[in-house]
Amino acid sequence: MILQAIRHSQALQKARSVSLSRRGFLGAAGMSATALALAACSSGGQRADLTPAKDVSATEKTLAWSNWPAYMDEDDDGNYPTLIGFEDESGITVTYNVDVDDNNSYYAKVKDQLALGQDIGADTVCLTDWMVARLVRQGYVQELDRANIPNIANLSESFANPDFDPGRKLSLPWQGGFAGICWNKEKVPAGLKSVEDLWDPALKGRVGVLSEMRDTIGLIMLAQGADITGEWGDDDFANAMDAFTQQVEDGQIRNIKGNAYLNDLQSEDTFAAICWSGDITSLNATAGDKWEFAIPDAGGTLWNDTFVVPMGSAHKANAEAVMNYYYEPEVAAELAAWVNYVTPVVGAKEAMDLIDPELASDQLIFPDEETLSTVHVFRTLTPQEENDYQAQFQKVLLGS
Amino acid sequence: MAFTAFASQTTVEQAPRKRSFVALVLLLPGIAYLLLFFLTPLISLVITSFQEPDLYGDIGDYVTAFRWENYVDAVGEYWPLILRAFGYALVATVLALVISYPIAYFIGVKARRFPLLQSLLLTLVIAPFFISFLLRTLAWKQIMSDEGPVVVFLKSIAVLPSDGHLTGTAFSVIFGLTYNFIPFMTLPLYATLERLDTRYLEAGADLYASPFTVFRTVTVPLSMPGIVSGTLLTFIPAAGDYINASRDFLGSSSTAMVGNAIEANFLVLQNYPAAAALSIVLMAVILVIVGVYVRRTGTEDLV
Repeated sequence: MILQAIRHSQALQKARSVSLSRRGFLGAAGMSATALALAACSSGGQRADLTPAKDVSATEKTLAWSNWPAYMDEDDDGNYPTLIGFEDESGITVTYNVDVDDNNSYYAKVKDQLALGQDIGADTVCLTDWMVARLVRQGYVQELDRANIPNIANLSESFANPDFDPGRKLSLPWQGGFAGICWNKEKVPAGLKSVEDLWDPALKGRVGVLSEMRDTIGLIMLAQGADITGEWGDDDFANAMDAFTQQVEDGQIRNIKGNAYLNDLQSEDTFAAICWSGDITSLNATAGDKWEFAIPDAGGTLWNDTFVVPMGSAHKANAEAVMNYYYEPEVAAELAAWVNYVTPVVGAKEAMDLIDPELASDQLIFPDEETLSTVHVFRTLTPQEENDYQAQFQKVLLGS
Repeated sequence: MAFTAFASQTTVEQAPRKRSFVALVLLLPGIAYLLLFFLTPLISLVITSFQEPDLYGDIGDYVTAFRWENYVDAVGEYWPLILRAFGYALVATVLALVISYPIAYFIGVKARRFPLLQSLLLTLVIAPFFISFLLRTLAWKQIMSDEGPVVVFLKSIAVLPSDGHLTGTAFSVIFGLTYNFIPFMTLPLYATLERLDTRYLEAGADLYASPFTVFRTVTVPLSMPGIVSGTLLTFIPAAGDYINASRDFLGSSSTAMVGNAIEANFLVLQNYPAAAALSIVLMAVILVIVGVYVRRTGTEDLV
């Protein structure tokens, strides 16, 4: 309740946009333990009633951008060529922070600032669409000004109307990818076609799956014939969880990991895995051409990491400038050639033809209609579903 | 409790007033530190542990309440992980003691006549700290991987069945805990054994005690402070450790410890009350175990 009172207090809002920094901190530090304890009774709840921070982009040519690792083209000296191009073109200095390692833990880190509409240390951040859906639902992000992003015309039609943000008023895709299956070509020469193939007794104890619930359970649900995009409910989820739990308990599934699954593939602890498309291309490039990726027969999942501008960002126009820049087909192609993920930018394929025709025909970067018809977006969950499903999933992960 | 320090200060009559003022000033940063970085988070943690979900809230929204059932729920769901954590920690502590004692004895007693060798050996004990704990643990995961040399060798001599593996098992988690905490055991042991008066050992031998009896009745009791502080320094962090047992390191879903449950509840499920309740349960159990242990071993002059 207290927080809500604070939220509505005009004085604080002013302080927030100008300089919450030192005085705010000292004030907080000076609070007695009791007062802090009271403040801990954060009343969450309904959509936050936040207003965007005052945009100072016109005078402050800076931008703090948080993103996932290995998501920006890099030259041998560790510079980001496309980003340098943007800085030269726009005169905006970008602080590019590779500090998103996991949607949940990033959210856990910044959620209190988000709820108060304060600066989270990033003027724009790329999170996965289901997390973006949560931020949108809670009213934590600013509306984008399309006039500042003329290149939004290049946004691929298939990404234009997600269920959490029809018409893309608040968010814009950065890069996307598929979750599918992969295998070690030397150890599994016959290859794999479906999720069921992962449960082959010959692969016992040599299968890895992702700790991202939507991908692992999503693939199993698809294999069981559910439509993960549309109408499904607790029963479909429970069926998939049963199959998953069974495989974990039988020791068929060796481990359940985030990005670290790549180490297991490389050390050959696992011969086959549920995995992310672009990773396998990169792994093949760095560790010898040993792995193959496929979208399972029953379909794979499709996700996007998506730009949003949090309410506390005072550099929205600068963020829009960077989005606009990366929606230039040539820039998008240059980026895609390095990160190997799906680009949402129409025209990038043609631009890629000039850089590397082979990559331009890579279905994992430039999927055609046929490929796109085999991948599905896991529908947005309600908070209750999310709580319930994550709890069930984590229960298996912790073996409790 | 920090304030009782003030009280006892002022009642000490023979202490000059001026000096007690200086002592007070010197104490202030420490007290402020404890209040700010220990007491405040602790109170916040206790309050969080009793929160209940906001009825209309989104994920991770909780309101202040007195929902003591949080503790029942958390312990009810995670008691196997709590037991496992203490079991693993206990085994790791015993193993670390068994491995560290001879090392510490050698460095502290046998190498006494060669100061250079002594400092060299001590440096070797501390050397692992030069590399990040996470990297070293990952390195072990690599060494013990299925196609790695260790597993291949163990399979070839039929110690491991052909479909056996090491990573993700209780063995590798306990191995990791033991390995990572050995320096914390060795250093306090060394500190006491280094002061061990060897004339007691000679006296024991002169009285016809066998070497083993001398060790049991003279060396061990004299090194008790080192054993107690070493075991505490190992057991307490090992019980709360969540790195070794993490699925990304040496563990798997069948080796999760209570630290992993706290991590998952805090970062993934955003179930802060459950994470807080588990943390407090962990702290309380450790406090009880350590209290009983220190009382039983009767070592008041610790460290």
